[in-house]
Amino acid sequence: MEFGPYLMLASLEGAVTAAVLALTAVGLSLVFGVMRVVNVAHGEFFMLGAVLAWWIAGLVGGNPAIGFALAIVFVPLLVGAVAVLVDVTILKRIDYDPERTIVATIGILYIIQQVTLMTYGPEARPVEAPFNTRLALPWFEFSDGRPQMYWPWGLSTTSYKLGVIGAAVAVLIGVWVLMARTKIGLVMRATQLDREMALAFGIPVEKVYALVFGLGAGLAALAAVLIVPIQQAHYLMGHDPLLLSFIVVIIGGLGSLPGTVLAAVLIGLSDGVISVFFSPTLAKILATLLVALVLVFRPQGLFGARRA
Amino acid sequence: MTKSMKKLHKPTRRDALKTLALGATGAAAATSLPLWARYASAQSAEPIRVGFQVHRTGIGAAYGRWYDRTTTAAAELINENGGINGRPVEIIAEDDGTDPKRGAEVVEKFANQHNCDIGFGTLFSHVVIGSAPRAGELKLPYFVVSEGHHVASGMLNRYTLQPGITDVKSQVQAMAPFVASNLGKKVTMIFPDFAFGHDHRDYFTAAIEAQGGEVLEHIAIPPTETSFTKYFPKIPRDTEVIYHVMVGPAVLTFVKELGEFFGPNRPEMFGFIDSLEAVDIGSPGLEFLDGTYFWEGNPRYAQADQSEHDAFFRERVGVDANGASVSDPKDVSTYAHMFGCWETLHVVKAGMESAGYQGTGDRAKLIEAVEAMTDMPHSQAHPQGAKLFNGKTHQVFGHQYITKVTDGKLLLVHTTSIEDTLYPDEVDYTTQSL
Repeated sequence: MEFGPYLMLASLEGAVTAAVLALTAVGLSLVFGVMRVVNVAHGEFFMLGAVLAWWIAGLVGGNPAIGFALAIVFVPLLVGAVAVLVDVTILKRIDYDPERTIVATIGILYIIQQVTLMTYGPEARPVEAPFNTRLALPWFEFSDGRPQMYWPWGLSTTSYKLGVIGAAVAVLIGVWVLMARTKIGLVMRATQLDREMALAFGIPVEKVYALVFGLGAGLAALAAVLIVPIQQAHYLMGHDPLLLSFIVVIIGGLGSLPGTVLAAVLIGLSDGVISVFFSPTLAKILATLLVALVLVFRPQGLFGARRA
Repeated sequence: MTKSMKKLHKPTRRDALKTLALGATGAAAATSLPLWARYASAQSAEPIRVGFQVHRTGIGAAYGRWYDRTTTAAAELINENGGINGRPVEIIAEDDGTDPKRGAEVVEKFANQHNCDIGFGTLFSHVVIGSAPRAGELKLPYFVVSEGHHVASGMLNRYTLQPGITDVKSQVQAMAPFVASNLGKKVTMIFPDFAFGHDHRDYFTAAIEAQGGEVLEHIAIPPTETSFTKYFPKIPRDTEVIYHVMVGPAVLTFVKELGEFFGPNRPEMFGFIDSLEAVDIGSPGLEFLDGTYFWEGNPRYAQADQSEHDAFFRERVGVDANGASVSDPKDVSTYAHMFGCWETLHVVKAGMESAGYQGTGDRAKLIEAVEAMTDMPHSQAHPQGAKLFNGKTHQVFGHQYITKVTDGKLLLVHTTSIEDTLYPDEVDYTTQSL
């Protein structure tokens, strides 16, 4: 394949990765930003989303779109509810102490993973996409001095992949509106800025924490529901999203939504392009190197505010 | 069906009577006696402990589930017929997580904690390569069911044997003439980037060149990859045949994305069924596979000329004519590989019986007895077909099957001879000390 169409294909693939990654990472970033805790179990909420999507989609027969629609509505709510439960029963009891939270969420990671293994099993199972048409894409070449359109071999995407990108953009706008334009967003931002002051002004900080933890997990689950018709639900699938989300959140700046989204696009696209032209291992090496460089030269991340 | 079976075996009335009589007395003797008396001829009534290293979790889990069912069925059958040397077989299963490090620990557990007579059943090549050295050090006979060329290549040791499943080198060597003469000579290979995939890369490339063909491009994909479209632009435009083999939990995504990449104008395709083991060929998105070819170690769909041994094997393991579980038609088996567990366990039985195996002190005698084996006829113990064992390289050779996807089923179009799969010895393990 020539360079141009090749690059376009790589970018399209990268954009799908970036879209899903952005949703997952924004969830992680919210939790860190507001609650100041690191949620190591974030990838398992993602996995739980995919597995529950398979379960819900399998409950209803008929058109695959019905099962998928049910999954996209109910799975984030279910996973969010699990996360709220985790917050109330565990994180609250250890006072959101940063070190103890890390250990506790590692425990939750294993509990969710092993319970999934014991119930759902070790298989990878597919969910049928609600719509999936192959779209061949054109490319231009110059012949006789004027551009001509042609259809290169293999340059294509599917309507579902474009749908994933669109849905992710819509959800991210929704999250931004929630944070910037609603009362609940104001309350969250107030809690993020100064917990004690928020408490003094009568903001129910513990409820806000539970809500944010649920919202973060719900976003990860939503990302998983979107990706599961492309990939398959598998009990070990939470590992990569966790690692990449951390990379994205560190590069973007902890707690910064625009930074997180930008970093997700950067990492997702570069992962797609570099693994196409060089090797997937090199893509991971470069992403990790970027994290190291950011930590050394701009510890607050690209968009993060420096703390006093 | 009955007609074609007759064509294959032509049983006479006398044969049938003999078999029936034998079966009846055998079964009656075995079932009418209390358990202890069935094994009374043995010097010890202790069970033969088979340490079964199973990929219950990790990327090999789908294979592990079916290797487990096949092994259980084979052990049940052996026990119904009086066990080994009059002793019952006990399967001691340990999950290795499809992880080489854990694999070596599991082998250690078999030898030192469970007091197993042998280790058995490992599939994924990296786990075999990680575990076999420890089995050799512990002098634990280690019967792998892996397909990798690492046994016959001389990489492992005298205690590691592969008597129940053929290796990749012999498989691809037998496939190359078919690919070159029926599909095309310009091939692009897509394979997983670990030992098993490298065997495909090295031996198929050599084999197709010997047929006057060439491999235009090698595309290696990490076995843990979940998204594949980004690799496909490397496929050269003038490719006539795509040769694909993939493993891991994302195989369905791999094949689906391959179809989406090509759309309506795909080249010819030849795949190893590994790309779709445990996956329903009727899954949405796989329609483009119609008319493509697959290597199968053992045809998943019961063929028109199905042998009585295949029918028996299916029934005992619990697999229907479409290669899925009889209790759940969505639970598709790893039919092209799992017969290896059944056959290996029967080889172990034959080996222990000819060695007069009594206990762990006779492990070396067991190795020598298996090394002395050669012909294994098509039988209940070898339902996949006749085999030829090479005691020097510790590797078995057998027929290979090529099927074509026709109306959503895999129909047999070619069966190779055993001779097609032979290659010169690369090692003589019998010269190593026991």
